[in-house]
Amino acid sequence: MAILDVKGCTKTFGGLVAVKDLNISLRQGALYGLIGPNGAGKTTIFNLITGVYTPDEGTITLAGHEIQGRKASAIARLGISRTFQNIRLFGSMTVLENVKVSQHMRKSQGLMDAILRTSRLREEEERIERDAMELLKIFHLDERAHDQARTLPYGSQRRLEIARALATEPKVLLLDEPAAGMNPQEAVELMHLIKRSRDDFGVTVLLVEHNMKVVMGVCETIQVVDYGETIALGAPREIQEDPRVIEAYLGGA
Amino acid sequence: MKKAAFWIAALAVLGGLQLFVRDIVGAYNYQILVLVGINIILAVSLNLINGYTGQFSIGHAGFYAVGAYTCAGVVVYGQEAIRGATGFLPELGQNTVLLLVGLLCAAIAAGLAGLAVGIPSLRLRGDYLAIVTLGFGEIIRVLILNVEAVGGARGFSGIPQLSNFFWVYLGVVVTVVTVHNLVQSSYGRAFISIRDDEIAAEAMGVDTTRFKVLSFVVSSIFAGIAGGLFAHFTMYLHPNTFLFTTSFYLIIMIVVGGLGSIEGAITGAILVTVLLEVFREFGAFRLVNFAILLVLIMIYRPTGLLGSWTLVRAGRRPGRAA
Ligand SMILES: Nc1ncnc2c1ncn2[C@@H]1O[C@H](COP(=O)(O)OP(=O)(O)O)[C@@H](O)[C@H]1O
Ligand SMILES: [Mg+2]
Repeated sequence: MAILDVKGCTKTFGGLVAVKDLNISLRQGALYGLIGPNGAGKTTIFNLITGVYTPDEGTITLAGHEIQGRKASAIARLGISRTFQNIRLFGSMTVLENVKVSQHMRKSQGLMDAILRTSRLREEEERIERDAMELLKIFHLDERAHDQARTLPYGSQRRLEIARALATEPKVLLLDEPAAGMNPQEAVELMHLIKRSRDDFGVTVLLVEHNMKVVMGVCETIQVVDYGETIALGAPREIQEDPRVIEAYLGGA
Repeated sequence: MKKAAFWIAALAVLGGLQLFVRDIVGAYNYQILVLVGINIILAVSLNLINGYTGQFSIGHAGFYAVGAYTCAGVVVYGQEAIRGATGFLPELGQNTVLLLVGLLCAAIAAGLAGLAVGIPSLRLRGDYLAIVTLGFGEIIRVLILNVEAVGGARGFSGIPQLSNFFWVYLGVVVTVVTVHNLVQSSYGRAFISIRDDEIAAEAMGVDTTRFKVLSFVVSSIFAGIAGGLFAHFTMYLHPNTFLFTTSFYLIIMIVVGGLGSIEGAITGAILVTVLLEVFREFGAFRLVNFAILLVLIMIYRPTGLLGSWTLVRAGRRPGRAA
C-alpha cells in the first residue's frame, strides 16, 4: 500500500486550472521526484497535500486515512512535513529554536507545567534541546545554533528548513526546490542529506527540484507534470529520454 | 526549594516595603508608584498577544474594565456574605479573602471575555482582531454606562480599599514570572513562530488558532487582574478611565519599550506612566506628545528601547505558501 496517495486531484484558481486530475502514489521509503516547467503546478500540489489548499476534486490519503480538507497543522501532526520554495523560516528565532518549534507537537507540554516551570518541564526542555542539537549537527548548523535564523547564508537557510521539517518526525517529507540558490558543492551535500533523511530517518521523500543533477542523482522515480497534468512517469533514465518531457522543457519554456 | 525561597523573599520584601514606602516617597508619588505597577501588569500582558504572538489587539482597556467592574461588583455586593463566612478571621484576613475572591472573579470574567472575543476573530487571518477588540472596548464601556448597579455614568463609588503597593507589586511579580515562564516554554516558541510566519507555523504542526486564542485569553486574564487591583486602590471607577486612549497608551508602552520583550514592556510602562503625569497639565495635548514619541521611536529605534522585533520590519507575511 502507498504511504501517500493523491487521487484525481484538481485545483483551480479562478479560471486557471493549476492542477488537473492528478495522481501521485508514493510507496513507503521512496525517493520520488516531481519535476516540470515553472508554473506547472508543483507547489500547488504541495499546498494541496499539506492542507494549505483543499482540492476542488479528488482525495489525498496518508497511510490509508483521507486528509484532504483538514487543517494544515493537523496534517503536519499526522506526519507530512515540508520546506518552502521561498524560504519561510522563523526569522527572529535562533537556528536552534526553529528546530525546537517543530518538536512541540511531538510531546505537548502542559500549560501549568510551563507556567510553573516544573522539573518535569525542565527535563523535557533539556531533552528537546539535546535532540535539536543532534539534528543540527547532522545538517552542519550546530555552530550557528544560537544565531538568528535570518542571519544565515542562503544555503544554510535551506538546510535549516529541512532540519526543521525533519524535527516534526514526519512520515513524508516534501522538499520544494531545496537546491535553489545553492552552489554546486552545497548541492552535492544536499543530495547526501536527502538520502540520509530516507535512510536514517525513514522518511518518504517527494522532491520538487529544477537542478537536474540533484533530481537524477537522488530520485528513484520521477513524475513530470506540465499544466497541472502528468506527462511522464518512470526511472530517471527513461524520463531523460522521453520526447514529451524534452518538448515540455525545451518547447514550453 | 529555590522556588519557595523566591516567593517567600518576594512576599517579605514587598510586605516590608509596604510598611515604609508611602512615608518615604510621599502620598503623591506613592499613588504614581502603584499606578506604574498596574500599568506594568497591563503592558506585560498586552505584550504577550501583540509582541510575542504578533496579533494586534487595540482593546486591552476593555478587559481591564471587565476585571475592574467585576472585582468591585463582587466585593461590594458580596462583602457582607464573605465577611460573614470568614468572621473567625481578623480584619486583615477578611480583607485578603475578599480581595482574592474579587480578583479570581475578575480573572475569570476577563478570561471568558477574551475567549468570546478571541475565538471568532482569531480564526480568521488578517487584522480582524484589531477591529473586534476596538469594538469590544467601546461596547463594554457603553454597557457599563447603562448599568445602574455599578453606578452607570455617575461612576462606581463606595469600593473598599483592599489593594495597595504590596498587592499590586505582588501582581507584577506573578505576571512577569508567568509570562516569562510561558514564553520560555514550547508555548512561547509556538507564539513567536506564529508572529514570524503563520503559514510555516501551521506547516510545522502548530495549531495557530489555538495558540493565538490561548495567548489572548492569558493576556486578558492579567488585564482583568490589573483592573481589580486598580478598583480597590482608587475606590472609585468611572467608564471614562477605560476609553480607547487607555488602550492606546498601553500600546505605546510596549512599542516604546520593545515588542516581544518583558523588560521592554516594564520600561515602557514606567516611562509612559511617569511622562503622563509630567504632562498632565497639557490635557488632551498629551496624546499628541505620545503620537510624536511613537513616530520618533519608529524612525530612530524601530525595535523599541529593549526589543528585538519590530512591527515594521518583520510584519506578517501572508500571501501564497510558495
Ligand atoms: N494562490 C494562487 N492564486 C492564484 N493563482 C495561483 C495561486 N497559486 C498558484 N497559482 C497559479 O497556479 C499555477 C501553478 O503554480 P505553482 O504551483 O506555483 O507552479 P510551480 O510550483 O510548478 O512553478 C501558476 O500559474 C500560478 O500562477
Ligand atoms: Mg513552485
